Amino acid sequence: MLLLLVLSSSAWSELVIRVTQGNDKPTIVAVSPIALNGIQIKEDIGSIVEADLKRSGLFSAIPRRDMLAFPSTAKDVYYRDWRILGTEYLVVGAMIPVDEGRYQLDFSLLNVTAQKTEFNHRVSGTKSQVRDLAHLISDKIYQEITGIRGAFSTRLAYVTANRENGKYVYRLNVSDADGAREKLMLESPEPIMSPSWAPNGKELAYVSFETGRPAIFRQNLVTASRQQLTNFTGLNGAPSWSPDGKKMALVLSKDGNPEIYMLDLATNRFTRLTRHFAIDTEPTWMPDGKHLLFTSDRGGTPQIYKLNITSKATQRLTFRGNYNARASLAPDGRTLALIHRASSTFHVASFDLVTGRLIELTETRLDESPTVAPNGAMLMYATKQGDRGVLAAVSLDAGVRYVLPAKSGDVREPAWSPFLR
Amino acid sequence: MIQTNKFGLTAAVLSMVLVGCSSAPTDESTDIEDTSVQTGQVDASVIDDSAIEVAIAADTVFYFDYDKALLKPESRAALLEHAASLNSNPRSVRLEGHADERGTREYNMALGERRANAVKEFMVLQGVSAGLIEVISYGEERAASYGSNDSAWSMNRRVELK
Repeated sequence: MLLLLVLSSSAWSELVIRVTQGNDKPTIVAVSPIALNGIQIKEDIGSIVEADLKRSGLFSAIPRRDMLAFPSTAKDVYYRDWRILGTEYLVVGAMIPVDEGRYQLDFSLLNVTAQKTEFNHRVSGTKSQVRDLAHLISDKIYQEITGIRGAFSTRLAYVTANRENGKYVYRLNVSDADGAREKLMLESPEPIMSPSWAPNGKELAYVSFETGRPAIFRQNLVTASRQQLTNFTGLNGAPSWSPDGKKMALVLSKDGNPEIYMLDLATNRFTRLTRHFAIDTEPTWMPDGKHLLFTSDRGGTPQIYKLNITSKATQRLTFRGNYNARASLAPDGRTLALIHRASSTFHVASFDLVTGRLIELTETRLDESPTVAPNGAMLMYATKQGDRGVLAAVSLDAGVRYVLPAKSGDVREPAWSPFLR
Repeated sequence: MIQTNKFGLTAAVLSMVLVGCSSAPTDESTDIEDTSVQTGQVDASVIDDSAIEVAIAADTVFYFDYDKALLKPESRAALLEHAASLNSNPRSVRLEGHADERGTREYNMALGERRANAVKEFMVLQGVSAGLIEVISYGEERAASYGSNDSAWSMNRRVELK
């Protein structure tokens, strides 16, 4: 029996934000330090908000050392102080204790150009939720200024593989979207693969070899209760939760070669959806819940196909290049992120389902496992830095990039959670 | 074995109750939900990594070309020896298929299985009972050689007889 209640040491060293092109005209924001009124907390809320906004690539921040004052409410603000720094938006806020162990944080977004308050908002929580409060503030500000829902309060699931004392240790982890607060979900000496979020963000499905063979499990993030869903001869892989959370698409090779199946989670009934001697794998759902996208080499090379679940009608979608695989759909239901091979390197590319246009987004090689943020602004993927597996992110317009380097071992197979609240 | 932490969960849920008294001007407010993550456990007792003895001295690792699942001619002699040994002395064997790291993980799982099945089919043609052969693919999850170069990749595109 393995003892797993030890706190996992975080896989991340430090988030390195490398905005290679960035937005041509980033919005200039200043986040005045949040007034703490004597409350002792480790985290610097203002810095977390600032890092969130900068990581989106759409903002640049006024450094604290350049600020002439640290106002914490709108009435303390002298707009002139901020105009001369070129500030377009200013964030001010103050935290106060309200009850045993509980705090509330009132913050405001000020439009410096128009000299007016855009909104006031209050968030509240415990000391252990300080990072949640900070990301919530980032979400509100991002949405107000860009019109796009913020995804800073979301999470990542990913797999790490480390060689420890000559043996491999595989771990399934969940962290905040910025890599902080990593939590260990599962540790095993056998491979763990293909994490997939339930649409409610409360469960993960994944493949674990812990029985000596691949099997699909589901695990509740809050209770940690686990359930083995498959135990067939051959491949048991690539789980993908349906948009309504009631079904799971997956791959079984019990019929002799890999086929796409659909599992009804209430009845435990499996329905075979493909019937072909080629490799059929990597199913992912269209938002309508009626179609799947999957990878098949039935045309000679791996390409993306679309399957109507009811009629089983199958249509090839990608034609450019001889390797297009592992589609991940953006929330617009129209843009696919996929792995595309171009002159022997594997890049993440976007593919427009309407126009058929394919655009390479990454400059790294050996890219894998693209996963699009629930607001469609960024995608994360796995790649190699030297011989090490790392996670990296790129915006869907390829303008913004950053890397999340690991302290040790390989980090792989990111899966971006849905919106959690 | 499953670790649940009911007490911690209840405490966190209780701490979610909205606190609403203040005189500060507020358009709206948001309370943080508890979404803490708990750890699951692998039952280590079911993992069987006992080494299975291979009775004969012939090669037990068979290599493949990139993106291919065709047996190479140089694999034939050793496989014929293994088949003969299994025919005279039937026992269960395991064929573990692997891929190099290039391409996607689940596609490589399928490719590793295709390679292991190619070895299985060859042995069945030599008279070995299909029921004695278990095929498992590890895809690119268990590299034999580390590094992102041609020589490491060629060592990783393999089927291991165990």
